[in-house]
Amino acid sequence: MSSLTDVGPVAATRTDQGEERAPRKPRSGALLGVAAWLIGFLFVVPVLWMILTSFHSEEDAATNPPSLAAPLTLSGYKEFFGVGTGANPWPSLLNSLTASVVSTIIVLLLAIPAAYALSIKPVRKWTDVMFFFLSTRMLPIVAGLLPIYLFAQWSGLLDNIWLLIVLYTAMNLPIAVWMMRSFLAEVPVEILEAASMDGAGLILTLRRVVAPIVLPGMAATSLICFIFSWNELLLARTLTGTRAGTAPVYLTGFVTSQGLFLAQVCAAAFAVSLPVLIAGFAAQDKLVQGLSLGAVK
Amino acid sequence: MPAAELRRTRPRTGGRRTVPVLALTAALTMSGCAGWGGGPGGGGPDTINVLMVNNPQMIDLQKLTAANFTAETGINVNFTVLPENDVRDKISQEFSSQAGQYDIATVSNFEIPIYARSKWIAPLDDYVAADQEFDQADILGPLTASLSGDDGKLYGEPFYGESSFLMYRKDVLDGAGIQMPAKPTWQEVADIAAKVDGIQPGMAGICLRGQPGWGQVFAPLTTVVNTFGGTWFTEDWQAQVDAPEFRKATQFYVDLVRDHGEVGAPQAGFTECLNNLIQGNAAMWYDATSAAGSLESADSPVKGKMGYVAAPVVETASSGWLYAWSWGIQQASAKKDDAWKFISWASSQRYEELVGQELGWSRVPAGKRASTYTNPDYLAEASAFAEPTLAAIQAADPNNPGVQPRPAPGIQFVDVPEFPDLGTQVSQDVSSAIAGRMTVDEALERGQQLADDVAQRYRDREAK
Repeated sequence: MSSLTDVGPVAATRTDQGEERAPRKPRSGALLGVAAWLIGFLFVVPVLWMILTSFHSEEDAATNPPSLAAPLTLSGYKEFFGVGTGANPWPSLLNSLTASVVSTIIVLLLAIPAAYALSIKPVRKWTDVMFFFLSTRMLPIVAGLLPIYLFAQWSGLLDNIWLLIVLYTAMNLPIAVWMMRSFLAEVPVEILEAASMDGAGLILTLRRVVAPIVLPGMAATSLICFIFSWNELLLARTLTGTRAGTAPVYLTGFVTSQGLFLAQVCAAAFAVSLPVLIAGFAAQDKLVQGLSLGAVK
Repeated sequence: MPAAELRRTRPRTGGRRTVPVLALTAALTMSGCAGWGGGPGGGGPDTINVLMVNNPQMIDLQKLTAANFTAETGINVNFTVLPENDVRDKISQEFSSQAGQYDIATVSNFEIPIYARSKWIAPLDDYVAADQEFDQADILGPLTASLSGDDGKLYGEPFYGESSFLMYRKDVLDGAGIQMPAKPTWQEVADIAAKVDGIQPGMAGICLRGQPGWGQVFAPLTTVVNTFGGTWFTEDWQAQVDAPEFRKATQFYVDLVRDHGEVGAPQAGFTECLNNLIQGNAAMWYDATSAAGSLESADSPVKGKMGYVAAPVVETASSGWLYAWSWGIQQASAKKDDAWKFISWASSQRYEELVGQELGWSRVPAGKRASTYTNPDYLAEASAFAEPTLAAIQAADPNNPGVQPRPAPGIQFVDVPEFPDLGTQVSQDVSSAIAGRMTVDEALERGQQLADDVAQRYRDREAK
């Protein structure tokens, strides 16, 4: 009997009654493949639609039924990059980059030791600690928004990128600890014992033995933290103003209740999505390994 | 793996690490000028922060500020532009806490009396008196009145004003041999809608907002209620949402939009109706006078084909609404003088001329100054809608919009802080009625309960 994941040709077999049974694996595999392509296509269609619309004029973008063959134009992107409009997306993009990258680094620096202490060398009552980390995600962010706003106002941190960095770190830390804990739990104890017998200390073991094994997991965790920070809108919209505004806040500025805006918003959405898409493609190998290794498989 | 071998592999990764480190360093350095630093009212001594709604007129202002206002005064202007609902939330949060992040915000004649009562915005009378060039007397009377507080002081200056009127396709009605009256009644409009519905493929008789929201479906619908003799509240705070006049008006509106309105009416707001008109999917549209600028812009397919008449009536002499996106200065601002200089420029006649010359006269933020309507350049471009717009704004009376006295001013709204929540909740049921999921009676019975809760609060307050 072969496993479901076999991909090679499967010979016809006979049943107990002596009838020849058709090979099932290739057909089911093909069906699964078609289904996967179909689902993938359904997921990608809105993105493709957004990209196509971003190259249309506002009038063409607003037609009903939609016009696929409308002439292409870069006017949406010109509006986004502020050509002749007085707007400037770069401060917002750089603020997003700063908040996302710095908070992700801090999250990793805190989450990896925490995860180590919860998996490889578990502390006492580590399950309670894990639940505590998770419980910090149970309060909806919006419920804490007013106290955070008042605190930020009181402390002079309104419209300051460091406030977002701290909040994004706090927001992503629990999920990063959970993810890294499950990745570290995959490290075979035998390897750690072998490293220890070879004379490797804790730091060396972490750097030379554990790190290479959990690198895909770290990549997956980093990317997820980066995406969550990059896309965050609620905190950024409430706590920032003219200086620390992030890309999602800038993006919402294209929505108007008095005029056409679909092409501009699509262009802005695509431009703002690009860094995440690039990061995703760059880390694709590690990401697939990581996501199929740990808790999110 | 022996430790010695582990060590040997060490240098390989060093080169790769430098790339992200350098990228991060660059990002941190570059963002130093963007987002770092704290404290309210930041941005340098010659910088003011403006929070504004993303309407086309504001985007034009953003385009023209650096090369004109900043070049003349040396004052830099940082704009934060947000969609209408978001900007209302942010302004409310910013001004109620007096955070001082923004010196100026776009507030309307709905917010200004309420904010003035709470002393969240600064009075402008002294600035106006000292700034002869601004010419407050040129601002249309109803706008000045609606931007004043209970204490009689002026708290806002309009950027552009609007009323509501009926826009229709002259060519379509002419083709059908229909004459649009200069002051139509709602029944006449309904009859015309029935005649022209489907006269061209995909063309609805009329486009009316059906999207939930106190500023969406209830902007035109409340004016219909007013002219049908209805009101949200009586002068002594009795809720009237299920009164016969309110029911009759709402039933009329729902029937009209269901029978002869646009496709997707329960989700249609200003933008959707504008789009319908531009694409020839509707023959008439009752909405803001400011829409005419978009319909008559150079790239509009319906430019020159539109006619404009007064808002339809039933029992009142006029029924157009009054709304003005205006500038208000936050009381906590430390740069009020610079803020006034910006307002004085943005709401000036000079700015209107600048827009006319640089961007086209149909894009002028009009509806606020009498002089706009005597400007030959503007009239040459806007002759089709200039006179009906001016007449509609001048006829609007926020203190007496219906057939009975009201407890609070406002034409398409009731100027109390509770109205956005109340109007939005009731509008969701009215929108459901337009979608056919609920009857008008059911929608208004629920609305009556909600309105009565608000009325009770005011009755209790007045009894104390």
